[in-house]
Amino acid sequence: MAETNKLRIGEDLVEKIRRHGAETYPYECCGALLGRDAISDGGMTSPREISGLFPLVNRTVDSPHNRFSVTPLDVLNAEKVARAGGWDVIGWYHSHPDHPAKPSEYDREHAWPWYSYVIVSVQEGVPLKMTSWRLKDDRTEYTEETIEVRSEPVVKSGV
Amino acid sequence: MAVKVLIPTPLRPHAGGKAAAEFQAKTVAEALNHLTTEFADLKKHLFTDQGKLRSFVNIYVNDEDIRYLAQENTPIKDGDTIDIIPSIAGGTSMRATGEEE
Repeated sequence: MAETNKLRIGEDLVEKIRRHGAETYPYECCGALLGRDAISDGGMTSPREISGLFPLVNRTVDSPHNRFSVTPLDVLNAEKVARAGGWDVIGWYHSHPDHPAKPSEYDREHAWPWYSYVIVSVQEGVPLKMTSWRLKDDRTEYTEETIEVRSEPVVKSGV
Repeated sequence: MAVKVLIPTPLRPHAGGKAAAEFQAKTVAEALNHLTTEFADLKKHLFTDQGKLRSFVNIYVNDEDIRYLAQENTPIKDGDTIDIIPSIAGGTSMRATGEEE
């Protein structure tokens, strides 16, 4: 069995995503996940890590309660903010109002392999379960990745 | 001098892990042709079998969408930046009462 991917994210950022989902309820929220991919160094692997968020406006006008989309210019801006911080766009987050935190068929059809897709379920305005997913290279299905929540801020300690 | 093509994270595994590549080119089509010649694996991610740019791939030259310029014939000059931008969308099922898992 393949090793499960891991996504490390600070407690404060988890809280920001949850709050964003609650604020936009009953509509979907969305934003970019900025950080660094996993690094392998001499047998030691540090997991993919999220160091910042770039909250975006859901541009879907016809059904924002069950869809999200962002403009290419939003994506470009997210890329620029990431680069300025020495990061990359690692993935995207969005909420599922009154739906489970599992990717839908619509998600799969519009997703890209490699990115991490974080989904937070918001039930009756209350953010509940948060999950993260990666689309397989052949785009057939998602695999869930483990979210490792850090309680301390993401600052390199040098240790 | 040359034009710089910036490669988004999901496409980097198909471009030798590179975040950017530089080429001598006079149009967007020429630059993308150089890119997909150097990294053949990228071609299927950017173009359809008919050689058309995929609908969920956006190309910007210096922050301008080439769809509003001269598409792939958009002229470029030394020092220009070409961004390859993936379309991002998602959400729950179309059904308001959502039956998916």
